[in-house]
Amino acid sequence: MVTKAVSTAQKPRVPYEQLPFYKKIARDIKGSPILYLMVLPVIAFYILFRYKPMYGLFISFTDYYPGAPILDFDSWVGFRNFTDFFTSKDFGRVLKNTLTISLSTIIFGFPMPIIFALLLNELKNARFSKVMQTISYLPHFISLVVICGLIRTFVGADGFIAQIISSLGFAEEKASLLNYASMFVPIYVVSDIWQTVGYSSIVYLAALTGVNQELYEAATVDGAGRWKQVWHVTLPGILPTIITMLLLRMGNAMTVGYEKIILLYSPQVYETADVISSYVYRSGLQQARFSYSAAVGLFNSVINVIILLISNKISSKLTDTALW
Amino acid sequence: MEKTNPKNKIQVTTGERIFNVFNILFMLFIAFIMFYPIWHVLMASVSESNLLMTHRGLLFWPEGFSWAAYRYVARNPAIPQGYMVTLFVVIVGTTVNIIMTSLAAFFVTRKNQFLAKYVMMMIMFTMFFGGGMIPEYLNVRDLGLYNSLWALIIPASINTFNCIILRTSFLGLPESLEESARLDGASEFTILFRIYIPLSKAVLAVLVLYYGVAHWNSWFSAMLYIQDRSKFPLQLLLREILISNDTSSMANTSADFTLIAETIKYALIVVVSFPILCLYPFLQKYFTKGVLVGAVKG
Repeated sequence: MVTKAVSTAQKPRVPYEQLPFYKKIARDIKGSPILYLMVLPVIAFYILFRYKPMYGLFISFTDYYPGAPILDFDSWVGFRNFTDFFTSKDFGRVLKNTLTISLSTIIFGFPMPIIFALLLNELKNARFSKVMQTISYLPHFISLVVICGLIRTFVGADGFIAQIISSLGFAEEKASLLNYASMFVPIYVVSDIWQTVGYSSIVYLAALTGVNQELYEAATVDGAGRWKQVWHVTLPGILPTIITMLLLRMGNAMTVGYEKIILLYSPQVYETADVISSYVYRSGLQQARFSYSAAVGLFNSVINVIILLISNKISSKLTDTALW
Repeated sequence: MEKTNPKNKIQVTTGERIFNVFNILFMLFIAFIMFYPIWHVLMASVSESNLLMTHRGLLFWPEGFSWAAYRYVARNPAIPQGYMVTLFVVIVGTTVNIIMTSLAAFFVTRKNQFLAKYVMMMIMFTMFFGGGMIPEYLNVRDLGLYNSLWALIIPASINTFNCIILRTSFLGLPESLEESARLDGASEFTILFRIYIPLSKAVLAVLVLYYGVAHWNSWFSAMLYIQDRSKFPLQLLLREILISNDTSSMANTSADFTLIAETIKYALIVVVSFPILCLYPFLQKYFTKGVLVGAVKG
């Protein structure tokens, strides 16, 4: 006991801040080993399941086959997989479809939860408003498999939506609307609105409760009716939220989830339905072109990061709201 | 949500009255659109199959009445087995999720640890960039998880977005609690499980809901990684029947299948979606809260 105390006293402890980083880490671990035992599975998870796949992206520059090492300089092909994609006949199609579906979803889908929240806000009966909210969240909890199964049934040859559309003269009877290339994007966008409008309105409803109530009283005194109050008080009040949500959404402009596409499309409608992510799935996992599809995926990820950086830049300039 | 404006209530102009009526009517219309598909499924599932096949247009009441589809689903061995698989993944998976997410959020909120900031950066980075579908698939296969239910659980241990929600909640806890516990000789383990987790019950309830629903509804990773039919979760069985029109898993038990195939689809949807649709209205206040915590800048 005594000797130990003397020995530490003889060697003056270097202040923590002046230590090199590895000694800081060593001292932290010695100070609370349990904490580092606790974080070990977390770090192991991120390395094994998030960072190791990033290392796996090296196969986009090789000619990978199952069982081969990831970083294999013998089969190194440089950017050939990328140029193969850019020159293939599929490139223009999947790029166009990704942008069409994504931008249509933004243009038609983005304003919907805002309008819905504003109309809910105008309801005088609190209980009715609550019930409306609960009903509108319902699609959020239904699995995509069920939703797409229902879409297929309803727009199928005997489905009621197909019957309505054909009675209006837009499509021939006795065929699923999903067989028409021109119908895919409308079906995708409309069902997307149905799925998301309620849940996405939560954030706007919260913003609406934050609008200063005195402003409404002042507006009423100035003789502003309900419409003018919405236009001059409510909308400016939630505008920062709207812009933030829009920029976040724009950051995903080149992302269309593959799950819904795969559940809805068929070879007849690849022309309008096949997007980058579904193309990666098909060429990679169904045709086992691992290197090629990894390259297509990497191309998409890089574009996404660039778009995200740009929209974050715009966001921090315009609204002081940035992701980092 | 309601405007507390007394003047509005007194001076209601004709225009406003008309607007109110139209707003209510429009909302009822929206409610109809939101709810009708579910209603259609419920009604179709108890209809008689031959009458349903000839039915045109909207379906407000069952066409005839029959429990045959439900009886068929209950007798079929594939569905209870799928239910067990899904329950296993939901229960074990959500437990793993909550423990791992808590451990991660706890570490990155340690202010006195040099590594905390860097671990946080390591976690955040994965929100913006990742290996993508193909390298992740090859990774899971190389790790020997192929055709194991753990492939549906371990690679989804932590959702980074949820981790940031929990971190925000942990940051809001008073530091004094932790300090006094430390003076009493509590280890980090005790501090997390005896102080942080009990005090974050509401947010953890949100995360249980998010993770649980995600596991319940997930099908894609099972399609990639599970080969044995006995290990198929419900959603994957449902995909075969609803999307691929492949009814082999259902048809092997009896010959009357083809007679009621149409209603069986609807009964399956009810059986698979029912638990969540019954639960969510009661959990509404929690997930609303979760959306708002998540919306706060992390």
